[in-house]
Amino acid sequence: MWKKSLYFVCFTVLFTILVACSNGEETADTQTGGSLVTISGSTSVGPLAEKLAMKYEEENDVKIEVNQIGSSAGITNAISGVSQIGMSSRDLKQEEKDSNLQELIIAYDGIVVVAHPSNPVKNLTMEQVKQIFTGEVTNWKEVGGKDMEIVVVSREDGSGSRDAFQEIVGYESGQLIKNAIVASGNGNIKTTVAMNKHAIGFISFEYVDESVSTMDINGVQAKAENVLAGQYELSRPFLFVHKEDVPGSAKQFMEFILTPEGQKIVESAGAIPLTK
Amino acid sequence: MATQHTKEVEQQISKGNARKYFFEKLSSKIFLACALLSVISLLLIVGFVFYKGANPFVTGDYSFLSFIFGSEWVPSEDKFGIFPMIVASIYATMGALVIGVPVGLFTAIFLAEIAPKRVAKIVSPAIQLLAGIPSVLYGVFGLAIIVPFLQDNLGLARGQSLIAVILVLAIMMLPTIVTIAETAIRAVPKSYREGSLALGVSEIGTIFKVVVPAAKSGIMAAIVLGLGRALGETMAVILVAGNSLIIPTSLTDSIRPLTTNIALEMGYAAGTHLEMLFATGIVLFSFILILNFVLARLTAKGGH
Amino acid sequence: MRQAKDNLLRAMLWGSAFVSVAILFTIVGYLFYKGFSYISFDFIFGDYSPIGGGGIFPMIVTTIYTILISLIIATPIGILAAVYLHEYAKQGRLVRIIRYATESLTGIPSIIYGLFGAVFFVATLKLGMSIIAASLTLTIIVLPVIIRTTEEALKTVPASYREGSLALGTTKLQTLYKVILPSAMPGILSGIILSIGRIVGESAAIFLTAGTVAAMPDSIFSSARTLTVHSYLVTQESGDIGLAAAIGIVLIVIILALNLSATYISKKFNKADY
Repeated sequence: MWKKSLYFVCFTVLFTILVACSNGEETADTQTGGSLVTISGSTSVGPLAEKLAMKYEEENDVKIEVNQIGSSAGITNAISGVSQIGMSSRDLKQEEKDSNLQELIIAYDGIVVVAHPSNPVKNLTMEQVKQIFTGEVTNWKEVGGKDMEIVVVSREDGSGSRDAFQEIVGYESGQLIKNAIVASGNGNIKTTVAMNKHAIGFISFEYVDESVSTMDINGVQAKAENVLAGQYELSRPFLFVHKEDVPGSAKQFMEFILTPEGQKIVESAGAIPLTK
Repeated sequence: MATQHTKEVEQQISKGNARKYFFEKLSSKIFLACALLSVISLLLIVGFVFYKGANPFVTGDYSFLSFIFGSEWVPSEDKFGIFPMIVASIYATMGALVIGVPVGLFTAIFLAEIAPKRVAKIVSPAIQLLAGIPSVLYGVFGLAIIVPFLQDNLGLARGQSLIAVILVLAIMMLPTIVTIAETAIRAVPKSYREGSLALGVSEIGTIFKVVVPAAKSGIMAAIVLGLGRALGETMAVILVAGNSLIIPTSLTDSIRPLTTNIALEMGYAAGTHLEMLFATGIVLFSFILILNFVLARLTAKGGH
Repeated sequence: MRQAKDNLLRAMLWGSAFVSVAILFTIVGYLFYKGFSYISFDFIFGDYSPIGGGGIFPMIVTTIYTILISLIIATPIGILAAVYLHEYAKQGRLVRIIRYATESLTGIPSIIYGLFGAVFFVATLKLGMSIIAASLTLTIIVLPVIIRTTEEALKTVPASYREGSLALGTTKLQTLYKVILPSAMPGILSGIILSIGRIVGESAAIFLTAGTVAAMPDSIFSSARTLTVHSYLVTQESGDIGLAAAIGIVLIVIILALNLSATYISKKFNKADY
């Protein structure tokens, strides 16, 4: 019996080594076969991409893998070929543009400044937002609220949402108030803000629900219409980036997103469709 | 005829033996290779982490000193200083130690020496079981109970704080410390206790003056292991630390320990930023190696 | 005076024990209290849905995959390594180095394993964020556990067994797999079960090597998330403590079952053998 199990053991070891070694070719095969689409990147674009993928998989014989690992990592993956498509919630930086990536805007998104539902402050000017996030204003009463400390919740450095937010509001990463809580995703910011009556943070349109209260910026409500009308300034494009030679299945998926059906999903996911 | 026959048999036997010896030799080589695999793994791990982490200091013009002692961590502006995280890691670990060790140790002593047998028989395995619970769950508990408690009942602006991390880590290291220390205390020979009791020393006196000192090396090992666990914990800590980039000056500050920095930014990092996270790993690794060294010395002493 | 001090110390002992037991059981109790209402057939066997609700079956499957692959690789290597260390090696420098390496591996925090896995298996070996990359990382994590427990088990095999078998003219190899390994079996099995516990509980290393795709894995080269990583992400992303607690219950039940089977196996084998 022991002899047998020893053989078994040797066999499995050999087998796994073989499998591990042959893996490189195998993935290449599946890629040319076009049955797998690999997508990675922004956690803001991720939920939308998952919903699009779910719908698309229902109707087509394709498997779509969505990894939410952040814009920068997604772009890097698209450049290196680890993923076929990278998701980005910020514009490409110069060195990223230099590496021959194609950009596709799949939707627009607004960034919403959120606070605890109990917070009476419902409107901030862009200047006040900047002052709060850079630590010039540290008490809610300075912006018309209760006398209590402001707890800033930001995304981590490298996040596309954070880059976009900082660029529009007008401050640099290094200026962020030092004791800001750093959360690693939209959902994480929302939960942190929802749990803390002192907190202020920013999240993507898709994530907004009743657990947090939203702020108007300069008196303009965070709504899709206002973004499209150009009145609500905190907005940005959602990008798919890819190399030119991605498999047909990935291209077809991207074409699907731009169809009216795809854009309908964009809208129902809480993002802003292109065609309006 | 007969001699020829024996010769054949002998030949066959020696042939069989040769094969047998060949397999013997081969198998011992395979066994050796398997044993060497852990050495290779360790070398690979150390090699890759150090190679990646040392790169910015060797080929780039980053100074290792300003990496260790710099207080600004802004990857997008090329500022990499991890001093706040080193301080945070040390504070959090030490804090957890101050709370976790006495409670854990006393619990171990209680279970080994004082507890009624029936109680110990139920509680000991239960605590052992708790050592196996995924650490993330301690973090979930911390976020669900400790953080809101600090905010609502103690009036902190941020519940995600050094004190929250300390509490979660202290709770998390309890099962490790209790289990190992209890084993060490139980291993002290009965004769020690009997001798001391015979000399008229009280039960409690015997425990603290004779039994505990005799189990010292095992207890120290328990503490160092608990320390290692606290220092290396990542996911439970992310949930309750707040991850702020300040040098903590009070228990109520949000902190970002070394481990958290790596897990938090790993997904977003590329280029130098990524390598700096590996460098963060090197620093963490060095702390752990020092701890392991201490542990090795302690257990070596215990052997004598 | 001494009496008072004794009483104080005694009270502290009782108090500490009470506190630690109370805290630890509060945590488990809390998880059950919060998560129990989520547990249902659909929760365990239902497919995950990004829209909300949905089950954890893909994560259970991923967890099982990682356990199986890691063990298939780590168990034979670990056992043979232990055999070498205990049965074959002459005590000397080489053995000291191997022992030192094994012990050092035990002490390395899982986030470092994660870093290593991310750069070695994911990037250098081009496995990508995948179950196989996570499993190979986990293999290194559990290897020392299996080596150590197997060695302990080999130590308990009486020398007379070896001598008796060898005296009958068997080779060392035959003695090994006909006599020594069978009688060390319960120890080896409990080591394997311990390793399963470690794999199930691991989060940081898997997080960095398997990715976070919340879907049924197609193959071992798919990116996926295990139960533990899922409970972390659920807590962090949606703040849904109840759901995280429900996953926690599943994890605790798994670990409880593993521990019970470990005890049962070692008891049963002990009866059979001695």
